[in-house]
Amino acid sequence: MGIIKKIRKNLSSAFNKIFKRGKLHRIGIYGPPNAGKTTLANRIVRDFTGDVVGSVSDIPHETRRAHRREGVTIESNGSSITLDIVDTPGLATKIDFQDFMAKGLSEDESRRRAKEATEGVIEAVRWLEDLEGVILVMDATEDPFTQVNVTVIGNMEARNLPLLIVANKIDLDDSMPSRIKSAFPQHPMVPISALTGDNIDVMYDKIAEHFG
Amino acid sequence: MKGIQMDLISSDKLERLSSVEKIRMILDSVEDGKIIVLERGLTPQEETKLIEATMTKITPGEFAGIEIESYPGAVHQSWFDKLRKKPVDRARLTVIGPADQLKMLKRDRDVISAMVSAR
Ligand SMILES: Nc1nc2c(ncn2[C@@H]2O[C@H](COP(=O)(O)OP(=O)(O)OP(=O)(O)O)[C@@H](O)[C@H]2O)c(=O)[nH]1
Ligand SMILES: [Mg+2]
Repeated sequence: MGIIKKIRKNLSSAFNKIFKRGKLHRIGIYGPPNAGKTTLANRIVRDFTGDVVGSVSDIPHETRRAHRREGVTIESNGSSITLDIVDTPGLATKIDFQDFMAKGLSEDESRRRAKEATEGVIEAVRWLEDLEGVILVMDATEDPFTQVNVTVIGNMEARNLPLLIVANKIDLDDSMPSRIKSAFPQHPMVPISALTGDNIDVMYDKIAEHFG
Repeated sequence: MKGIQMDLISSDKLERLSSVEKIRMILDSVEDGKIIVLERGLTPQEETKLIEATMTKITPGEFAGIEIESYPGAVHQSWFDKLRKKPVDRARLTVIGPADQLKMLKRDRDVISAMVSAR
């Protein structure tokens, strides 16, 4: 890191600490449905407290309520940072109950899940205002240029809050984390597999660096 | 003539509308099956309000939500802009339509390619 960049960073983090941060460090895990947010939240919480946060499923909108885990102390390279981790429901602009039926759910179940999913999205959007930082999880096998990603990034930029992009599922052959980097070059990005734990230590370093 | 109505809204018009009016106009049009093109994009806060409002309108079997695509915001924001909390410039084209009629084919930094189908 260049010296100027370092000074800027120190200045702005000192500025943040004095003027608005206080002691709260609530970090939200955001992203589209199925990106691996809960898998990642579980891994973080398991690595540092030995618990899990919520259930994981290949059916989208598995998480339909935000779950907060308080006081998770993440250690990396001798430094440590204590965060509240909020696993949020996947953000979407559309929810079709027939997609759930295609996954084998009954029509009744699918309608109910669709309804709950819309409430989950609203809850996730409202949580955005109460956070001091966001980990934005993207499935690295998918197109990163989606409105959901653009909206989350835009909100964090507008409020000048730290954002870390996680390019997840790099264990899959067709993953292209470089596409995510070139889509949003202005933000730090770390490629990982939340499932296998690949590169997870680098992510912890980045978390300590950007949310500390 | 049969077809799909498309409304192209100028940035002048958008500037005169409040956030609430913009979101109402967009959702009313999209629920009617129209495609909307905004010359100037929404602010990030308006985008989250639009997502919230869309969720309250979704009815299984009737309305499945919206497809919306815009170019990502300006890449360049100097640290001085950040300190002054200057909002990121969002003056970019946005296309919005009913999720069951508008399909995004390909997007990148400069091009959005979409397919529109009849209901
Ligand atoms: N191959 C692979 N699969 C993953 C990885 N992370 C998550 N998955 C799988 O992706 C699916 C979705 O994972 P979740 O953690 O439930 O995703 P989510 O983002 O919490 O989804 P919602 O709660 O529905 O928004 C599950 O089948 C996971 O096992 C990964 O790193 N690699
Ligand atoms: Mg989840």
